[in-house]
Amino acid sequence: MTSTDLILQGDRLALARLLTQIENESPEGLETLGALYPHTGQAHLVGITGAPGTGKSTLVNQLALHLRKQPMPGEDIPPRVGVVAVDPSSPFSGGAILGDRIRMRDLAGDPGVFIRSMASRGALGGLARATAAVGLALDAAGFHIILIETVGAGQAEVDIASNAHTTVVIEAPSMGDAVQANKAGILEIADILVVNKADIPGADNTVATLRLSLEMAGSGNAQIAVEDRAEGGRERSWEIPVLETVAIKGEGMPDLVDKIYSHREYLTTSGMWEIREGKRVRSQMESLLRDELVKRFLKRQPDGRFEDTVQVVVNRERSPAQAIEELLKGEKL
Amino acid sequence: MVKKKIRVLICKPGLDGHDRGAMVVARALRDAGMEVIYTGLRQTPEMIAESTLQEDVDVVGLSILSGAHMALVPKIVELIRGQGQKDVGIVLGGIIPDEDANKLKELGVAEVFGPGTNTQEIIRTVFDLAGVEANDID
Repeated sequence: MTSTDLILQGDRLALARLLTQIENESPEGLETLGALYPHTGQAHLVGITGAPGTGKSTLVNQLALHLRKQPMPGEDIPPRVGVVAVDPSSPFSGGAILGDRIRMRDLAGDPGVFIRSMASRGALGGLARATAAVGLALDAAGFHIILIETVGAGQAEVDIASNAHTTVVIEAPSMGDAVQANKAGILEIADILVVNKADIPGADNTVATLRLSLEMAGSGNAQIAVEDRAEGGRERSWEIPVLETVAIKGEGMPDLVDKIYSHREYLTTSGMWEIREGKRVRSQMESLLRDELVKRFLKRQPDGRFEDTVQVVVNRERSPAQAIEELLKGEKL
Repeated sequence: MVKKKIRVLICKPGLDGHDRGAMVVARALRDAGMEVIYTGLRQTPEMIAESTLQEDVDVVGLSILSGAHMALVPKIVELIRGQGQKDVGIVLGGIIPDEDANKLKELGVAEVFGPGTNTQEIIRTVFDLAGVEANDID
């Protein structure tokens, strides 16, 4: 039996091995993924992001537990849940310590859950290069909801927004003043905002600040408002909720599950699902194209030419832009 | 194609709460360029086997200081082999009497590291078990 068949039948070891092949960009892995692709497109991809220490892993643990108890509207059985947890690779050794499973022990032994840790392997946007492909494999393997936990994100790790249908941004109390809440970046990508550790004094303030910031952006999310206008206006718009949770005790989780389900419903009834799918696929294809073009270009260069050009720029004989211009002269792209 | 990355699971089976040694080893393997999945304390054999499968690791490192190794390790080896992962290297660290170490090796534990083991030795063993030359790693 091929690994494609095994994975479609729910063989977990075959799935785990495919995920490794995908991470290593092996030709077998890409081939299997190609064969599985027609079976994808069912899963709801939910991104979980936020600063280090806001409680992402703990929240993912509790969220998955609650999703496993609470069927989606119109369904009788709870969704199967895939978890992809990304942690950073060391820029020096290339190694990584992936510790997200420490907080996910409650999910052990549930065959409806599959957790995979990924190292970012040098990617900067808060995900790994292969995260989208790993999500596809879990989708094909029949996981209905895929929680993608980013590396601890600062202000600019916003790749998750173009890789997920629903983005949950987690804040913790006392992480910054009102100006922080109004800066561009991670808060702008939220479909759902969560103030975790809401039992810490100051949580009310954080919630109020976030709500105020959302009000200043108009009704709901600026990003969605812009998308809506671009599409000629929509009857329904999404108002970004600000939820309070104490993930370690499971408080606020049923609410969060409800909001995730209602965001999915909003996306499908408003037509935003297709629009986001289009954007998601486009962004994935663009990044694959970029990588592939760079790889092919470098392969065509005579040995050492690129390194020599780097040195020319280091010596200040050319600017980086001039050097690239020269390298590309005569190239048919 | 990206060069093979070695993936290692480091875990603490059983009830002892001392994970300094496990952390030191995890850190050393990370600095040698490996991806180390650390599961934390008080793992049951079933949890360890499940993580070994989902993470598709090359090597599993168990750290046991409680003296319960003869109760825990054979069960872990059996579960991992039983789920089709015949090639996963399993190593053990802790205070393990020689007699027990020999029995565990017969059951399929690749290596047993006692107190004071040099981390370089552990790194070399993990490279060997993963079937990768140290200089193959980028």
